Amino acid sequence: MGVFKSILFVWMSAVIILALGLPMVAQPKAWYQFPTIPALEEKARIMFFHVPTAWLSTLAFVMSMIYGIQYLRYKRLEDDIKSTSAAGLGFLFCFLATATGAIWARFSWGTYWNWDPRQTSIFVLLLIYGAYFALRSAIDGEEKRATLAAVYSIIAAVTMPFFMFIMPRILASLHPEPILNVQGKLQMNPTMLVVFLSSLAGFTGLYYWMWKLQVRAQSFELHRNN
Amino acid sequence: MVFALGSESAPVDALSGMLWVVIFFAAMSGLSRTFVTEEERGTTMTLQLLAQPSAVYFGKLFFNLVLIVGVNAFTVVLYTVFLNGFIIKTTSIFIVAIALGSVGLAASSTIIAAIIAKANTKGTLYPVLSFPILLPLLLTCINATRMATEGAFIEEAFGEFQFLVSYIVVVVTASSILFEYIWKD
Repeated sequence: MGVFKSILFVWMSAVIILALGLPMVAQPKAWYQFPTIPALEEKARIMFFHVPTAWLSTLAFVMSMIYGIQYLRYKRLEDDIKSTSAAGLGFLFCFLATATGAIWARFSWGTYWNWDPRQTSIFVLLLIYGAYFALRSAIDGEEKRATLAAVYSIIAAVTMPFFMFIMPRILASLHPEPILNVQGKLQMNPTMLVVFLSSLAGFTGLYYWMWKLQVRAQSFELHRNN
Repeated sequence: MVFALGSESAPVDALSGMLWVVIFFAAMSGLSRTFVTEEERGTTMTLQLLAQPSAVYFGKLFFNLVLIVGVNAFTVVLYTVFLNGFIIKTTSIFIVAIALGSVGLAASSTIIAAIIAKANTKGTLYPVLSFPILLPLLLTCINATRMATEGAFIEEAFGEFQFLVSYIVVVVTASSILFEYIWKD
């Protein structure tokens, strides 16, 4: 774990320095220059941090559901610990994605919050995470808590895709399109793409490390109590 | 509404949204009781011994469905009578939206009610857990109701109906599998 931690530290530092430090010019000539994206300009730099947090809040949501299913199948409390740890970190990253998005919206759209479809869907995800922890805190008994939380996370996970599907039908979004457009074609400057993907990888590594740490701490707590 | 707004009438979009707010609150106060009453009267054990989990689940689902259809019929009649600005131009869309919306509400409320019956703070937790699950359903129903007030053709609302049917199928299927785990603990 020690080596992994050091590599992660160096990696994330490099990502932060590159993402914030590389100059943005209208016509990039050298490899280290980012192109200026019309209407976004310097504000485009937020995508190196905002998109990974949004991605992790979804990843954690799915992981929480998968370990929930594992718990229901094998009834091991370790799986419940894995599921809750993922949900806890998902809540954190979901909050970060909402906050960074709102700050960006303040400077791009002129208001922190305007119920854009993307904002609404991340808000619902935040609500689901909140409901999940509210439910957990209301149940005594580890096994019962684990079972009911797992069931709720599965029910929430099967209804969430509907939400992703229905929102665009009701309202048009002002959110900038992600790097993959409709045809699944990459439309990003190579330098930007490398930094972006490194940031995605770095954040995922950071999430994995935090998750492992949380699982170890909670398992220790569990074994000490028994 | 009539008293609060005086002689002014609310826009029809807002009225179709408000109808579903009324339905949501009615469902939240009525449907949460299904499993809680079993716990409070101590009849859960007997039911667990006597009946299959799936039989209990579908029985409760059916009971909730009858209840919500009754409440919704009552609400819709009063709503259309008392709110003058709320005029339905395409009745077929409206009826299908209310019917599918009721089934969807009953489907998600039943499984959440089963979860809530085992928790300590039952009443307050119920809307908290249900709201994010019900939001896609409610938004689609509001959209279909708005289409009905605008006089859209029924073909235009098929996308909404497909969505509602698939939502119901997914929730009922997932619930019928998961109910066994909640019921037998």
